[in-house]
Amino acid sequence: MMIFSLLFPLPATAADSAEEKGLAIALEEDRRDNGFGDFIADMLMTLRNKHGQKSIRKIRVRTLEVKNDGDKTLTIFDNPRDVKGTAFLTFSHKKGDDDQWLYLPALKRVKRISSRNKSGSFMGSEFAYEDISSQEVEKYTYKWIRDEEYDGRECFVIERYPVDKKNSGYTQQVIWIDKLEYRPWKIEYFDRKSSLFKTLTFNGYQKYIDRFWRPDKMNMVNHQNGKSTELTWSNYKFRVGLKDKDFNKNSLKRVR
Amino acid sequence: MPLMAWLLSLMVLLTPQALGHEFSGHVAAEGRFFLDEPIFPEQERNNASISFQPEYYHEWKGGSSFIFVPFARIDNADDERSHVDIRELNFLWLGDTWELRVGVGKVFWGVLEFVHLVDVINQTDLVESIDGEDKLGQPMINFTLPRDWGVMDLFVLPYFRERTFPGSEGRLRTSPVVDTDNAIYENNHKEHHIDFAVRYSHSLGNLDFGIYQFLGTGREPTLLSDLNESGLPVLIPFYEQINQTGVDLQLVAGEWLWKLEALYRTGQGEDFFAFVGGFEYTFVGIFDTNADLGVICELAYDGRDDEATTIFENDVVLGLRATVNDAASTVLLVGMSQDLNNRSKNISIEASRRFGNNIKATLEGYAFLNPSEDGPFYSLRTDDFIRFEVAYYF
Repeated sequence: MMIFSLLFPLPATAADSAEEKGLAIALEEDRRDNGFGDFIADMLMTLRNKHGQKSIRKIRVRTLEVKNDGDKTLTIFDNPRDVKGTAFLTFSHKKGDDDQWLYLPALKRVKRISSRNKSGSFMGSEFAYEDISSQEVEKYTYKWIRDEEYDGRECFVIERYPVDKKNSGYTQQVIWIDKLEYRPWKIEYFDRKSSLFKTLTFNGYQKYIDRFWRPDKMNMVNHQNGKSTELTWSNYKFRVGLKDKDFNKNSLKRVR
Repeated sequence: MPLMAWLLSLMVLLTPQALGHEFSGHVAAEGRFFLDEPIFPEQERNNASISFQPEYYHEWKGGSSFIFVPFARIDNADDERSHVDIRELNFLWLGDTWELRVGVGKVFWGVLEFVHLVDVINQTDLVESIDGEDKLGQPMINFTLPRDWGVMDLFVLPYFRERTFPGSEGRLRTSPVVDTDNAIYENNHKEHHIDFAVRYSHSLGNLDFGIYQFLGTGREPTLLSDLNESGLPVLIPFYEQINQTGVDLQLVAGEWLWKLEALYRTGQGEDFFAFVGGFEYTFVGIFDTNADLGVICELAYDGRDDEATTIFENDVVLGLRATVNDAASTVLLVGMSQDLNNRSKNISIEASRRFGNNIKATLEGYAFLNPSEDGPFYSLRTDDFIRFEVAYYF
C-alpha cells in the first residue's frame, strides 16, 4: 500500500491516464480509511419487495483491520428469531478467495463454506456478498471517467471492474466519490449483460474518532426486480480492543 | 447430582440485579402422517406433538457466560417420545488464553451433511428424528486451549446418557421394540463411568481438520435380543467400553467442498474402520435467479458391514439443496441413499420457509424403499411418512 502511494502521489495530475487517475482515487479512499484498527456496529436491514412489503433483519458487525491483507469480519444475526445466533466469519484477502465460516447455533456446528458465491444474495437481500464484503483496492481495476457535482458535492466519477470476472455478478460499477473526503455517495452496478442492475446510495455520513467516515444509511435499489434493501447503521464504536482471537473458529462457537 | 446447585445458581442469576439477560427460544406443533397402516397392533397410525425449547443466556463483563436450554416434547401416541431433557446448562469461564465450560453441553464434530460418523460427545435423541441430528445434553467439563498452532479441547464426561428409542406404540420403531429401561453396560460403573476425549483441530489455508481420541462408553449400543419380564421379545441396548480415534477434514477448492470423516474403534465387537467421504458443489444463481443449487455426494464405508449399528454401512448418499435466497429463507433439501450391498433405498425431502418474522414452517417426507430383511430399515418398511411442523420463535 505504501509503495503504491509513493508511485501515485496525490492529487492525481492531469498527465496521468484515466486508469492511473482512477486507481489513485481508489488508493486515496483506501488510505484515508487505513488505521481504524477495529470497530463494532449494529445494522438494521430492511427488505422491501415491489409491493412495499417489509421484512427486517437485525445484525451486528465486528471488524478487525489486518495489516497487509483484507479485514476480518464477524456478522451475527439477532433477527429473524429462527436464525438468531447464526454467524458468519470472513477473512477477506486482497488476492484470491476469502475464507468463510458459518456457525449454526441449533446444531452447534461451524461449517467452512465456499466464498465463490460472490454474486449470491446476502440473506435474501439485494446486497450480494461482494457488495458487503471488505472493499479491497486489489479486487478491482479502475478508470476515472469525469468530475461532476452530485447532491451538491464535487465528485470524482470512476468506473471499477472486478478482477475476478468469472465469479463476480458485475461487468462494472460506477462510483461517485466526493473530492473533499473521498466518501462514496452512489454506486451503479452493471450486470453481466452490461445493463444497469442496481443502484446503491449512501446517506448521513458521520465522522468517528475524528477521522473515519461511516454512513448512517445505505439503500440498494434493484432496477430489474423492483426490490430494495436499506441498511441503517447505529452504535458505531471504534477501537474497542478486538483481537485476532476474537475472529477464529473457536470464538465463533461462543459468539452471541 | 450437582443439578440442584446449578438450579440455585440459575435462580440467583434470574434475579433482577443480573445484567445482560437474554431470553429466547421456540415452541412448535408437529404432526406426522404415515402412508400405511402400522405393522404392530399396539402402534398408533399417526401422531401429533408439541415441543418447547426456551433459552436463557446471561453474559458477564469479560465474556464469561451462563446458558440454560431445557427441552420438552409431549406426544399423543408414543410415551417414549414424550420426554424432557436439559439440552444445555453450562457455565463458560473465559480466560485470556483458555476457556472452561462446566455443566451440560452440546458439541458437534464432523463435516458431512447426511452422514455424521465422528460426532461422539453427545448421545442421539433418536425419538426426535431419525436423521440422528437431535442430541441429548451431555454433562461435561470442557477445557479449551485456543492457540496459533490450533485448538486443543479436553473433555471429562462424568455421566453417560442412554440413547432414546421409540416405544412400542410409536412408529419408526425397531422390531422387537428396544427396552430402554433395562439397558446393560460392559463396565460396572454403568452410566457413572467417567469418559474422556481430547481433540486437536486447526485451519490451514483452504484446509480445516480435526483429530480426536475418545475413551469411554460407546454412544451406539449393540442391540441384543432378549425377553422381558412378560416373556415378550425385546431388544436390550448394550453399551460397551470403546476406544475410538476419529478424523475429520474439509478442503475448499473454489465451488467445491471436499470432505472426509473416518474412525477406528476398538472395544465393540471386532476392531473396525469406517469412513465417509464426499463433496458438495454449488451452482450459484441458477436459471438467472438468486437461487443456489448444491449437489451433495457422500460415500459411506463401515468395516462391520451389516453388523454395523449405524444406518449407513456401505451406502452412497446423493443430495440436492436448493437455497432460494428469498426474504422467507426458503430451503429445499432432497436426499437419496442407496445401500451398496442390497436394494435398500431411502428418500428424504425437507423444505422450510419463514412466515412473517417469527414463524417457521417445515415439511418433511421420508420413504423407505425395498428394505432388506436383515437390514436396519426392515421394521420401517411401512413407515413412509410426511411430517409437518410449525414453530414460533421468540
